[in-house]
Amino acid sequence: MTVRRPTGLGAALDLLADRPDGDSLLPVAGGTDLFVHWPQKVDQHGRDLLDLVRIDALRGLRWSADGLELGALASYWDVIVNPRVPAVFPLLVEAARQVGAIQIQSRGTWAGNIVNGSPAADGVPVLMAYDATVVLAARDGRREVPLDAFYTGYRESVRRADELVVAIRLPLRRYALQRFVKVGPRRAQAIAKVGLAVTRSDDAGWRVVAASVAPTVRRCPTVEARLEAGPPPRDPEDLDEALRADVSPIDDVRSSARYRSRVLARVLYDAVLPASAGGR
Amino acid sequence: MERLEGLAKLSGAERYVDDLAVEGAWWGMTVRSPAPRGRIREVRFDPAVDWSGFVVVDHRDVPGANEVLLIEPDQPVLAADYVRHVHEPVVLLAHPSRSALRRAVRGVEVVVDPDPAYLDVSISPRSDQVQRGDDNVLKRLRIEKGDVEAALDAAWRVVEGEYRTGAQEHVYIETQGMLAWEEGGVLFVKGSLQCPFYVHKAAVRALAREADRVRIVHAPTGGGFGGKEEYPSVIALHAALLALKAGRPVKVVYDRGEDMAATTKRHPSIVRHRTGVDSDGRLVAQDIDVVLDGGAYVTLSPVVLSRGIIHAAGPYQCDHVRIVGRAILTNSPPHGAFRGFGAPQTHFANERHMDVVADAIGMDPIELRRRNLIVDGGETATGQRIRDGVDRVGILDRAVELSGWREKEVEHRRLARSDPWLRRGLGLASFHHGAGFTGGGEVALASRLDVAGLPDGRIEVRSANIEMGQGTLTIFTQLAAERLGVDPDAVVIAEADTGRVPNSGPTVASRTAMVVGGLVEAACDDLRAELGLGSEVRGDDLRRALLAWHDDHPGADLVGRAEYAPPPNVRWDEATYQGDAYAAFGWATYVAEVEVDLRTFGVRVIDFVALQDVGTLLHETLARGQVQGGVAQGVGWALMEECHWEDGAMTNAQLTNYIIPTSDDLPPIRVHFRETPWAGGPRGAKGLGELPIDGPAPAVVNAVARALGVEPREIPLTAERLMDLVDDAAASRPRSA
Amino acid sequence: MLELDFTLNGRPAALRVDPVARLLDVLRYDLGLTGTKDGCSEGECGACTVWLDGLPTDACLVPAFQVAGRDVRTIESIDPDRLRPFLASGATQCGACTPGVVMTALWIVENPDLLRSHTIRELMAGNICRCTGYDGIIEGVEAALAGRFGSPPGSA
Repeated sequence: MTVRRPTGLGAALDLLADRPDGDSLLPVAGGTDLFVHWPQKVDQHGRDLLDLVRIDALRGLRWSADGLELGALASYWDVIVNPRVPAVFPLLVEAARQVGAIQIQSRGTWAGNIVNGSPAADGVPVLMAYDATVVLAARDGRREVPLDAFYTGYRESVRRADELVVAIRLPLRRYALQRFVKVGPRRAQAIAKVGLAVTRSDDAGWRVVAASVAPTVRRCPTVEARLEAGPPPRDPEDLDEALRADVSPIDDVRSSARYRSRVLARVLYDAVLPASAGGR
Repeated sequence: MERLEGLAKLSGAERYVDDLAVEGAWWGMTVRSPAPRGRIREVRFDPAVDWSGFVVVDHRDVPGANEVLLIEPDQPVLAADYVRHVHEPVVLLAHPSRSALRRAVRGVEVVVDPDPAYLDVSISPRSDQVQRGDDNVLKRLRIEKGDVEAALDAAWRVVEGEYRTGAQEHVYIETQGMLAWEEGGVLFVKGSLQCPFYVHKAAVRALAREADRVRIVHAPTGGGFGGKEEYPSVIALHAALLALKAGRPVKVVYDRGEDMAATTKRHPSIVRHRTGVDSDGRLVAQDIDVVLDGGAYVTLSPVVLSRGIIHAAGPYQCDHVRIVGRAILTNSPPHGAFRGFGAPQTHFANERHMDVVADAIGMDPIELRRRNLIVDGGETATGQRIRDGVDRVGILDRAVELSGWREKEVEHRRLARSDPWLRRGLGLASFHHGAGFTGGGEVALASRLDVAGLPDGRIEVRSANIEMGQGTLTIFTQLAAERLGVDPDAVVIAEADTGRVPNSGPTVASRTAMVVGGLVEAACDDLRAELGLGSEVRGDDLRRALLAWHDDHPGADLVGRAEYAPPPNVRWDEATYQGDAYAAFGWATYVAEVEVDLRTFGVRVIDFVALQDVGTLLHETLARGQVQGGVAQGVGWALMEECHWEDGAMTNAQLTNYIIPTSDDLPPIRVHFRETPWAGGPRGAKGLGELPIDGPAPAVVNAVARALGVEPREIPLTAERLMDLVDDAAASRPRSA
Repeated sequence: MLELDFTLNGRPAALRVDPVARLLDVLRYDLGLTGTKDGCSEGECGACTVWLDGLPTDACLVPAFQVAGRDVRTIESIDPDRLRPFLASGATQCGACTPGVVMTALWIVENPDLLRSHTIRELMAGNICRCTGYDGIIEGVEAALAGRFGSPPGSA
């Protein structure tokens, strides 16, 4: 195994493009997913690593008149300590604080959370609920993909092997409601059994994003339409039918399908209640 | 005084076994069974691996009996032709490179012709699953007092219940590890362990060596909780076999996944209660059935069962008691010692059942306990007369008062009316824990301890009891310094090396401070007697006498010796299980306050009061830490710590998926002590280490039950289980407007 | 092998490492800095907590090549006087989690403004301790923040 450590983005994209089988070069940023159980995994890995941390162009948060851009190396901690984020995108801070603890928050990146593709990701739901787009760069050009169109299946995405996620963009909106709920087996340092991010803005309407209840983090269009059009839900069960169309939870070592369905309906009902029923 | 080795630990200077850099040492790793039960057909070595660079050990390399000697010799050091649990050790490998070893372990395939595994003790074994006797029962024990059936017949009410607890992983933060090497014909094994002489005994047997050609040396131990009571013998033998064959030092250190999957856990249990009460709420009959899943080998299950059944009737007075216990062989990895040693399981059942009884007869659970707690002069299930001056009812009342129970009950009712999702509740548990070995165990151990006066004037305590965080070094130093009137800096504690220290017994069973601490004092007295001094001679006078003795006896060893003598009037009948089960009990009432979120069915402990009487406190900070740590482990066991199994293998052997409490999951744990001195303990102290793990689970689960009006019978009470209980309760409740 | 230059405990360090080594392995087995412990190798327990450019990080999840040019601080760099409040409060028992706990705790002590938005319990949640139930640790942080050294905290 070798490690390539370019300092420029162009060089990194060249390295990816020059691999006949591009996927054999694995980009690494914070390493908080890749290096888990590394001694046991390293031999089975075989892939060469492309270290991104020396590419300064990928660092930091950038504000513009249109919104916020997170560089591919922006960490959870960068967001937590940013003075403007809590007022503009509070769910980013809420989610970041629930990713592991400081040791992970200081290293883990939002872009890594997206690319890793875990259905239980904490960062992806809030980004998706804010209509984030993913900026993908390759030697031959850039494209911008809506995050809610990024995944094509369990840990699969539209990202080509020669592409890097270089930034995440969030549009500025006025939100009437913003909620993030992570249900884990304990309060801190946990992998979500159910995750939920909900926003409602005047110009874009409802966004409902669920985690750990489908092969990918996913928007729930049926639920959104139900909230947009229908009367406020009477109780959690009133949302079951719409949820069933959008999510497909499973039993695994962390929880059960039944629990995930029940609890998602309950936290969703509770999350949308203030907006749809005028508070409780 | 402050924790003796505290600064070394805080500064990272303390050297645990994995921290020891040893010139020329190789690493060792273990190839394990993939199947829960079956005949080993073949062990295949991948031809793609160059095996010439590896040392390979299998059962044929065991020079003595292929037995990990403990209670019974049924567990092999390395499986020869048959495996009885997943992850059973079959082949050992050593190599200078850890990464090469990891690859090589994957290159060894143990091919097993499977036989039907027996994995669920709630169902009787089929004939093809029977592996011991005709029912897989590996130990049966019985306590009987009075006439239970007649008392049940005559009772005003009879209340029944069945309670279950799951396996619990120790999660000591330092994983198991051993370093072995041979030097001058003597085999040394140094590592993370609680009981040097257990390992020594096993090594002498399996390695067929004379006792003085094996030395077991304790390395600083990063947590034990019982997990390093019996298992270290296995890993020590493995390291020793590799070192002897390799002709060089070999270190075996488990990674977390291997440690969690392969080593012991707390015994899962099923406990059934049938309880008769009279119309005043007094217990008139307790009929209790205790079943433990022992796992694939006997290991310590008989004694875990013993402690479990002795505590099963709780700290209550009842004239008619029958407790039947069975430990059952299954094809899980052997379950083993874990802080509390059977008592947490039976206390969970009993204290949960007390609330069920209270509900059934319409009595307040505090009042039910108050009416039944043993008062001085009363007796336990084994007929042990309790006369220790401890005010058990006073402990209960004070714990309830400290918790703010009455005011909080009002708040909780208000919350239930005003909040759609949040519910709060209070629960309590009254319990006891016997300190030291059970019954005649301490007499059989006949522990010995030396206190030497060194030529430089310092005092050396020589014992086999080890430091694993619970404070042995500090307590022994303090006891010796106070007994002899010398400065603590003038006291040293010898490394627990079986070649240098007498056998003061294992570091288990809440016995170190109480039993062995007593030996420290007695050996100090004997040292003084050796010097011909009266008990009034202390400090500098003693030091001068000691230096003078060495001037007169150059090169000689000045040693005070002590051997365990039981307190007077202790009697125990092993055949009937009647008598004085323990020299002393600690007594406690714990109160938990929980908040349940009905959106997620998640439970959070928001307040916790732990009040106990364990005699005189030897060191308040250490004692408080024992209680807080025990409560944290108990809360984890109650709510979140769950081993998932598939075909006899743990499927969540990672800290990511085996969930234990973090700092954010616990409230400050409010610890209070009452100090009724016990004449048999050093300065009036009783054992403390295990008591705190007995109470949290029932207190927390009782609190959840009261918060929601549900009847939990099984732990861990995960959100998933609680959801089912809430649904069941809703389904069985008549619909009201 | 990989040439690696970085700042370790305030001094420049230069060594050759396996390209796939973790910072944890380099510290423990190449440099003999065994105060940083391997508790789980999955970023869960925090026993391997070090500071990387001033922030607590699990050394088991850091590939060594990523520390090139950066600042690494381990438990070995800590002035023993700063440990006294933790000794008095009972913050250590078995000691296996302790160096990691200390690294996070002292980061909090050095950044008290964090407590305007976070609790000590939340900030310490990445360090799993199986012995203390955390109270001794939390009290140690509070005592260090308050500049209380040495004397035991009042008992409950």
